[in-house]
Amino acid sequence: MSPPVLTAQEEGQSNHSTITSSRSEDRISQNVTALKERNYLGLSDCSSVDSSTVPSDSDEKRNNLNLKATELRLGLPGSQSPERDDSSTKLDEKPLFPLLPTKDGICLLSQKTVITGNKRGFSDTIDGFPEGKFPGTSGVNVLLSPRSARAQPTTTKEMPTKVLQERPCATNGTGHNKTDASIGGSAPASKAQVVGWPPIRSFRKNSLAVTSKNNEVDGKLSPAALFVKVSMDGAPYLRKVDLRSYNTYQDLSSALEKMFSCFTLGQCGSHGAPGREMLSESKLRDLLHGSEYVLTYEDKDGDWMLVGDVPWEMFIDTCKRLKIMKGSDAIGLAPRAMEKSKNRC
Amino acid sequence: MNYFPDEVLEHVFDYVTSHRDRNAVSLVCKSWYRVERCSRQRVFIGNCYSISPERVIQRFPGLKSLTLKGKPHFADFNLVPHEWGGYVSPWIEALAKSRVGLEELKLKRMVVSDDSLELLSYSFPNFKSLVLVSCEGFTTDGLAAIAANCRLLRDLDLQENEIDDHRGQWLNCFPDSCTSLVSLNIACLKGDINLGALERLVARSPNLKSLKLNRAVPLDTLQRILMRTPQLTDLGTGSFVDEPDSEAYFKLKHTISKCRSITSLCGFLEVSPHCLPAVYPLCSNLTSLNLSYAVGLQGSDLMKLIRHCVKLQRLWILDSIGDDGLCVVACTCKDLQELRVFPSLPFEAGPSPVTERGLVAISVGCPKLHSLLYFCQQMTNAALITVAKNCPNFIRFRLCTLDPTKPDADTMQPLDEGFGAIVQSCRRLRRLSMSGLLTDRVFLYIGMYAEQLEMLSVAFAGESDKGMLYVLNGCKKIRKLEIRDSPFGNMALLNDVGKYETMRSLWMSSCEVTLGACKTLARKMPRLNVEIMNENEVEFNLDDAQKVDRMYLYRSLTGKRKDAPDFVWTL
Repeated sequence: MSPPVLTAQEEGQSNHSTITSSRSEDRISQNVTALKERNYLGLSDCSSVDSSTVPSDSDEKRNNLNLKATELRLGLPGSQSPERDDSSTKLDEKPLFPLLPTKDGICLLSQKTVITGNKRGFSDTIDGFPEGKFPGTSGVNVLLSPRSARAQPTTTKEMPTKVLQERPCATNGTGHNKTDASIGGSAPASKAQVVGWPPIRSFRKNSLAVTSKNNEVDGKLSPAALFVKVSMDGAPYLRKVDLRSYNTYQDLSSALEKMFSCFTLGQCGSHGAPGREMLSESKLRDLLHGSEYVLTYEDKDGDWMLVGDVPWEMFIDTCKRLKIMKGSDAIGLAPRAMEKSKNRC
Repeated sequence: MNYFPDEVLEHVFDYVTSHRDRNAVSLVCKSWYRVERCSRQRVFIGNCYSISPERVIQRFPGLKSLTLKGKPHFADFNLVPHEWGGYVSPWIEALAKSRVGLEELKLKRMVVSDDSLELLSYSFPNFKSLVLVSCEGFTTDGLAAIAANCRLLRDLDLQENEIDDHRGQWLNCFPDSCTSLVSLNIACLKGDINLGALERLVARSPNLKSLKLNRAVPLDTLQRILMRTPQLTDLGTGSFVDEPDSEAYFKLKHTISKCRSITSLCGFLEVSPHCLPAVYPLCSNLTSLNLSYAVGLQGSDLMKLIRHCVKLQRLWILDSIGDDGLCVVACTCKDLQELRVFPSLPFEAGPSPVTERGLVAISVGCPKLHSLLYFCQQMTNAALITVAKNCPNFIRFRLCTLDPTKPDADTMQPLDEGFGAIVQSCRRLRRLSMSGLLTDRVFLYIGMYAEQLEMLSVAFAGESDKGMLYVLNGCKKIRKLEIRDSPFGNMALLNDVGKYETMRSLWMSSCEVTLGACKTLARKMPRLNVEIMNENEVEFNLDDAQKVDRMYLYRSLTGKRKDAPDFVWTL
């Protein structure tokens, strides 16, 4: 697992597997209450601070964006695609607050979306931010151009994995500066490297660490539920499922299928109708053959595995998150998957 | 001036309770000084090294209640090396030797030994109340001594201490005759305790009003305890975990619903969300709720709970509540006065679900808010300006962005204007702690407007000496100034050396101050202790031009302290 850039932590509102609150839902509901919709990916937390006046032509753009957005491969919380950035720049021509002069209205908002609200893929942070520094507003334009120049689907594909893997390693300060480093230059290199920050009493820090560890490791403290995130390529937001509420792979698959049927857009295979039907082995095969979607999971070691290989109980113990991948992503896995499903028949 | 006999003066002074007022009274004239000092029972010493215990005892022979603070505040965040000091033993020894009839002792950030606790327990027959906050150095053996020997013990309140748990039977050391307990807080104990002893102790304490349990106390024990203590007003649960269909849980729900007096709830050191509904019946009476250790609760659980808490005045919570949860708080808790939002995963990846939006919502819904501690992902000037307008009553305002130099999330500007609005609008502000990208300008605002400011915490802020100068020149009432990682140097430090005698202490770490300047300061101000700390070097580099790692200076009548470790050099 490559050590991540900690910049992503501040800027994205990325979901994190050990965080118990279901942020994707929170964020979605935030959008509903926000003054203006900036729901490109249905993610924006900063939409709440987008006050007032968005020009009316932006609606049109926003609609366009939504379609584009649903085509995006999301991976973990939010990847910003280049297209999105370009259009978002046009929308941001408004003062955020009457109080504050926004010299660079354009840049600021997209910057803001990048930094604060929307979940961003990991590669975005490294590629998009030169050295991870922004001295005030001057660095902004620099920021935009690399990203808009970048239109690499492959990069965005990698994002989920990296983002996912970045989390556990977050505490390895790699020395990357945060993208919103201070002008003064005395910014800390990374969270982990700053002694005594954030200013929380050691007792509290230690206490929380112990409790979190217990919750993760034992499982006996929360016997009822084992929620893991489920992401799907192309879906604008993630879901969470309680693995303990299923008993077999079939249950899980059918539930996931129901959950994500709205996103498959007719790619459910040869049946046509997005399934309310129980997943059968044939369906699984069809999904695998026809629609190129594969169900994978990340295990405790951080490796991506195909769902279905191990006994259910073992799977529950080791699964940290699920991902419905496009078959083309799972090139190495898919053939085996097909073989296995044949074996299961 | 002696218009009244001493007894009358004394009687009048009884109504003067605040320390500051009593200090002022004692300065009026010699006879008032005399009457005041003989009648004073409660003494507060903000810095245990500012005065010797003997002098305190001599001046206040009627001393009954003593509060002492030891290490500087930044010790909470591991900025003070471990063996720096703050030992309480000289105090307890001096008090034990004297004729002082000590009844209450409250210590904060001090090092307490088992021997001291034992000496304390033997020496004062009327000893009633021991409150230890963020202390360390003792074990449950010391607690056993307190339990065994303090016959009239009323309060044993252990808050966030580092206690070595010997897992002995210290609770058993409370004699059967001990029935005087009013307040017992053992939440910070990490080990197991004898549950039977606990239950028996509770059973024979009819006056028990406040009980805070530790993680080792399971749900069923809690239920049995609550059966015995229907008069409880302040409850801290231990482990709140069980199967939702268990008998213990069912019984607990029933028992809790009978505890109508509980107004303050905390604990939940371990919690299963599905057990939380058991406390819903209590919510409508709660004025204080502390869920800041309840890592197992999600935002949705918290929101459901808080919707019932209409009378809440004090809320301590984790940021898993999220902005939406804070909106719920804002709608529900109209009487809210104090809010603390702690980060649930401060060092791991992933941003906090709490941003400026939550704070603005709170300011709109809770105009009575006067104390805030808020850890958040990001902040904006606009939000702070709005908050300042909505809540002009702030006394304590502490904001911490998880990235210490993060600018305004919308405009990328420094947060100067936002904090400026806070100090301008909140004329009664006494304590301020800032973070985010900050230039000298914010200090200008603070110096101009923060007239009542007594404590200021600065980290990664400012651009030049001017910042610090604005504060030192402008804030007439500043008492504690603590600065880390900011570019303030010798010019600011030495500009007005007399100022430091009007303050309790100044802390500067990772700033631009040099050894030479500290020496100059120490030379000019003999009644200040100027301590330099270099943890890594036992021998100090004698180069005056070298920057000092950590400097802590405080006014003192005792001179250089004798218990300083090697790495502390008092100039």
